[in-house]
Amino acid sequence: MSFRDGPLQDLKIPLAWTATVATIVAGVASLALLLDDQRAAAKTPQDRPQPVRSQFDEAMGPVSSLFAAPLRWAGSAGDYLKDYFNAVDENRRLKAEMASLLQYREKAFALKNINSRYEALLKLRTEPEAPMVSARVVDDVRGSFNHARLIDAGTDQGVKIGNPVLSEHGVIGRVVGVSKTVSRVMLLTDVTSRTAVLVNSTNARAILAGDGGDAPKLSYLRGKDPVKVGDVILTSGDGGLYPRGLPVGVADQDMFHQWRVRLYSDRSSIDYVRVMLFVDFSQLVDEAALNTRSAPPVTAAEKAQVEAAVAARTVSPRPGSADVPTPAPKTPAAKPAAAQKPAPVKPAPAPSVAQPPGPGR
Amino acid sequence: MSGYQPLQPWSWLLAPMLVSLFATIIIATPVRFLGLALPEPVFPMTLAFAWAVIRPSILGPFLLLVSGVFLDLFWHGELGLWAFCLVTVYGLSLLVRNLMVGQSVRVLWTWYGGFTLLAFTIVFLFTASEAKAMPNLMNTAWQALVTILLFPFARRLIDTFEDADVRFR
Repeated sequence: MSFRDGPLQDLKIPLAWTATVATIVAGVASLALLLDDQRAAAKTPQDRPQPVRSQFDEAMGPVSSLFAAPLRWAGSAGDYLKDYFNAVDENRRLKAEMASLLQYREKAFALKNINSRYEALLKLRTEPEAPMVSARVVDDVRGSFNHARLIDAGTDQGVKIGNPVLSEHGVIGRVVGVSKTVSRVMLLTDVTSRTAVLVNSTNARAILAGDGGDAPKLSYLRGKDPVKVGDVILTSGDGGLYPRGLPVGVADQDMFHQWRVRLYSDRSSIDYVRVMLFVDFSQLVDEAALNTRSAPPVTAAEKAQVEAAVAARTVSPRPGSADVPTPAPKTPAAKPAAAQKPAPVKPAPAPSVAQPPGPGR
Repeated sequence: MSGYQPLQPWSWLLAPMLVSLFATIIIATPVRFLGLALPEPVFPMTLAFAWAVIRPSILGPFLLLVSGVFLDLFWHGELGLWAFCLVTVYGLSLLVRNLMVGQSVRVLWTWYGGFTLLAFTIVFLFTASEAKAMPNLMNTAWQALVTILLFPFARRLIDTFEDADVRFR
């Protein structure tokens, strides 16, 4: 006999009340989750993945990939048909484009040669070529606020948190979460994304701030006319998250005269990406080690010299002084080691007594 | 409405929840149609509204909590934010249920639209305070509009199950 058919079938109020209590409990639980997530995000270092999110992404990777496969095949079939019917036009366009690009190719070779000679002459420390990992996008979050993508390359392929991610057109974002086989990429358009960029023509610096829309804002522009419509925007490399000079997009103004960037990566759907295994100096530095004040171990000769200097100060007071200190009784511990056993003379300069400890390297 | 079904948790709670999560995954595929990316509506919003209109339930808010946590993890947002919004919409719908039951489709749609806008406002304000920046208003309005346009799914769920429990008609 079910509850509804029993003697309590007219008992309406308890269900309404218990449902209300359940709603309150669920609301409190969601608020607790929200607060706990913020606390965990504040405590977890940015280069460490959050375990719950990593495991969720690891589980969702194959599922999203499975669901995306039929649509991807349909899309590929459509592209094939489009290419087939547009082959002649495409061929003509590509021929014209190649003819115009050939002149730039020769110039590029010459400039590259000159540039490398200048770098050698100036002894510039250039950034080494970063290796790349190719990956396929398995899901695409493009809601009002969060813009992220899941890609099928993870720590097994050497991907780390912070690695820049590029499409064939330009930068799309950076890795913010990794697991063994998948990674979460936060796009430049995400509402929490901030990227240091520069205007190619004026070298003006700015921060590219995502707002959930298609064209992120250019913030903190300084100077007079630092940018104009059509200027190419590149990563500046400031802060070390991205290497300098990666193509981002083209400057534009919206209806409110706010400077925005039309992203190169928005030109076509992003189905394959390249993860740049780029490690900047700031990512290499271990901040904890820098803050550890540990001195190198004191050698026996240094110890003897210090003790001899302390003993000499103690037994030779200023002449005529009224408050002449009584010489301390010589205990075996206070006796200079040099007096007990002559140590080999070290030609190195004697360290000062009050020398502060150096960094732990 | 003819053809109503008895209220079994699977049929009016679990199955619609799974369908809404499945739709969320499907809509997140990286595919463009005619060069345009698909919008990303909040499918479980229809459940938060419809479940409250059909009948008070103990399991409902907890399933919305699970759905919200799934959305937060899947969309890489703040964990618990959409869960809180969905439960809030459910609670408010439950609160004004007596005003909505038996009303026309247009009235129900208006209520649903109001609750959806409220949920998006909560997420908008929270995200703005967290990111220290104003999210794009046009994009937010577009996503909210697409979610409001999902009302026929909520309506279908209500029509199917509203007569199943006579105590709450």
